[in-house]
Amino acid sequence: MVTVKDYAESIPIAWCPGCGNFAILQALRKALVELKTEPHQVLFVSGIGQAPKLPHYMQGNVFNGLHGRTLPAATGAKIANHELIVIGIDGDGGAYGEGVGHLLAAMRRNVNITYMAHNNQVYGLTKGQASPTSDLGFVTRTTPLGAGQPANPLALALSSDVSFLARGFAGDVEHLSELLKMGIEHRGFSLIDILQPCVSFNHKNTYQWYRERVYKLEDEGYDPGDKIGAFAKAQEWGDRIPIGLIYSKERPVYEEQLPALKKGPLVKQKIDPLQFEALLDEFM
Amino acid sequence: MAIDFNIMAGGEAGQGVQSVGMILAKAMAHGGLHVFADQDYESRVRGGHNFFRIRASDRDVLALSEELDILVALNKETIGLHSNELKSNGVIIYDQEQTKVDVQGGIYFNVPLAKLAEEKAKNKLMTNTVAVGAAAGLAGYDFNILASVLRNEFARHGEKIAEDNVVAAKAGFDFALEYGAQKLSQKIKPTSGNNKRMLLHGNEAIALGAMVGGCKFIAGYPMTPATSILEYIADKGRQYSAVAVHVEDEISAMNMAVGAGYAGARAMVATSGGGFCLMVEGLALAGMTETPVVVVLGQRPGPATGLPTRTEQGELWFALHAGHGEFPRAILAPATAEEAFYAMIKAFNLAEKYQTPVLVLTDHHLATSYATVERFDLKAVKIDRGELISDEESSRLNDYKRHLVTESGISPRALPGQGKALVVTDSDEHDEAGHMIEDGETRNQQNLKRLRKQDSLKAEIGSPKLHKTRNAEFTLIGWGSTYGAIREAADLLKKDGMPVNVLHISEIWPFPAEAISSALSKGTKSIVIESNATAQMANLIRRETGYKVNGTILKYDGRPFSPQEIVDRMKKEVT
Repeated sequence: MVTVKDYAESIPIAWCPGCGNFAILQALRKALVELKTEPHQVLFVSGIGQAPKLPHYMQGNVFNGLHGRTLPAATGAKIANHELIVIGIDGDGGAYGEGVGHLLAAMRRNVNITYMAHNNQVYGLTKGQASPTSDLGFVTRTTPLGAGQPANPLALALSSDVSFLARGFAGDVEHLSELLKMGIEHRGFSLIDILQPCVSFNHKNTYQWYRERVYKLEDEGYDPGDKIGAFAKAQEWGDRIPIGLIYSKERPVYEEQLPALKKGPLVKQKIDPLQFEALLDEFM
Repeated sequence: MAIDFNIMAGGEAGQGVQSVGMILAKAMAHGGLHVFADQDYESRVRGGHNFFRIRASDRDVLALSEELDILVALNKETIGLHSNELKSNGVIIYDQEQTKVDVQGGIYFNVPLAKLAEEKAKNKLMTNTVAVGAAAGLAGYDFNILASVLRNEFARHGEKIAEDNVVAAKAGFDFALEYGAQKLSQKIKPTSGNNKRMLLHGNEAIALGAMVGGCKFIAGYPMTPATSILEYIADKGRQYSAVAVHVEDEISAMNMAVGAGYAGARAMVATSGGGFCLMVEGLALAGMTETPVVVVLGQRPGPATGLPTRTEQGELWFALHAGHGEFPRAILAPATAEEAFYAMIKAFNLAEKYQTPVLVLTDHHLATSYATVERFDLKAVKIDRGELISDEESSRLNDYKRHLVTESGISPRALPGQGKALVVTDSDEHDEAGHMIEDGETRNQQNLKRLRKQDSLKAEIGSPKLHKTRNAEFTLIGWGSTYGAIREAADLLKKDGMPVNVLHISEIWPFPAEAISSALSKGTKSIVIESNATAQMANLIRRETGYKVNGTILKYDGRPFSPQEIVDRMKKEVT
């Protein structure tokens, strides 16, 4: 029986004390254990940043690739072996900045990947610059005039008809863990935006700040099947910030449509040069 | 008498120039002839000027000849642009009424192509097929072979269309026999040679080689001249268990292929220079994570967008140095379609054996030129997946180290999900277990381990081909797709009393320095012939061997070398 201990880190964790990532790590371990998933069945794919270090503090298969390129690498691995549970992990810089084009494509494609975007509205690894989701006017060393218009990842995802969209909060491990479970179990691409306080560089969007604002959609009789309603929730930011399942829709899953996978994962299909004689005939 | 026959079909984009050329080329191949053919087209869908050249011979042909026996002019512009390429006894087939050309003289042969199509086949769309028939008739070729090719080509459109095309071709054929039999003295006959050769272009050979070599995954964004590789695997992969993903950009393509390679599928990308620029960071990722991946880089003239539908060999040094940091790689540069097929199989084997990226460097000329090749021998294909851990072993491993330091630098490779082994890797410098590190000692161990792979990789690289001629004064050195033109130029030079050796490099990196040094130390003057402006191979030879070549013949106008051009420039620039 798999337990949280099976996911315990084997190397020292290099995050700041009090970092929201600790809670996210805890929520992810809990979700995987509750889904009875063993480490060797999971592939964590991540990019660069503080959040993408997370796979190193888990147990599982890990492909820690380039900044912003998590989703292409995860997609390639998932198509090569669709029996793997593939979880992508990035910060807001990787997910909504450097890799935003890949995010749009991944949501349209709808490969069965769960993508966690640790959204702390600031760059941690490079020490405190504005991120795509920093609030308007957020002053940093690279944005002395204040950050520009923030990206709206939820609205962006909805515009691509993402098949699963949720927002969690690092200050509520139980709730986040439930969302992660739902995302992992969802057939198709799931984006889980995670509000994550950064204790070192973001002194505005703190635990306290979030606690005063977040509320759970499920407590309000919200319908996650209603796309227009979801768009409306995606616009809410300020005194009240919604968390929970924003939108969910069954859509054809990319890899399930591929004829080449009908005989099983590509990595398990034998390489047989002799099967190609008929293709040579076509050039005669 | 030896057969060496050259036909060109020319017209606007959209006029069907390529299908005229392909049907004639196939008809020649089915008659046991060797064929080389290429297409010249512009970066546009309609209009402009396109042409398709075919050379057919009873001996192996490796390049085109400049002198045409028949020019099939589907429009007026073709006559203006190409009539000077005609042999003195060559003939231009054209339709006076359609092209509105009023010309006189022995070289012009007016065939009412459109009228015959309408009258005989009751379909004006078959005008081009009439032209095919007329060319075959003029050349005195066997109509039955042509008819069988047409039936084959048009079978998918139904029997009626196929038979109507045969009727259209026959109309052109008969017209040529009746009115043009005396026009052209040189004829082309089927031979008793192998009439079961394959006719395919370089990219088809690459795509086929990839699939035969076990490629299960390709990701790509269309870019000339590589697009047809992605298209071919997308089409055939449905039946033969390979996945082609048309991605949002080349950055994605490369990272996706690396992801698939990490998971254990033989994976590749195919692109041109501009797309490869976007892939370069991912190439280094493959180097760092020791992930097998194959990159086909189809060169075209740059910089930037350059000449999209033309050819060049301007990216040798780019391929050599692409990627930040230091990591091992192999670079293969096949000379012909046949080599391209086998190069892909080798590329996948090397990529897995050495767990590092392998580049296959081609260019527009090789990618799009057709050649007849002996049927590929699938039984001779060997798949070598290197030190891949078996499923059984993997199920027992619970302390697996993906980047174990070994003497060879190659770490036994488990696949994620294969067993209990956890496969951890990182684009950060990492320890043996794959976790990111900061300390210098581990860095050194891992860096050296990766670079050690280059040493054994070197032994895998084949020596350049050396074709010697008695009393040679020069050695012509080439690489990649210039092989055919250089070989044929050597034959022509020999006839002209100027014997030369040919040294051709098809496997470039790790550089076969010893073999090249020894070939060059034989006292001939060395002339490097390549399609770029900065003599990249000549410079690489100097860098790797210390040997300064005696001269270069460079071409960078986007057009492939022709044998005659090399001969002329040897005489003018070198002697």
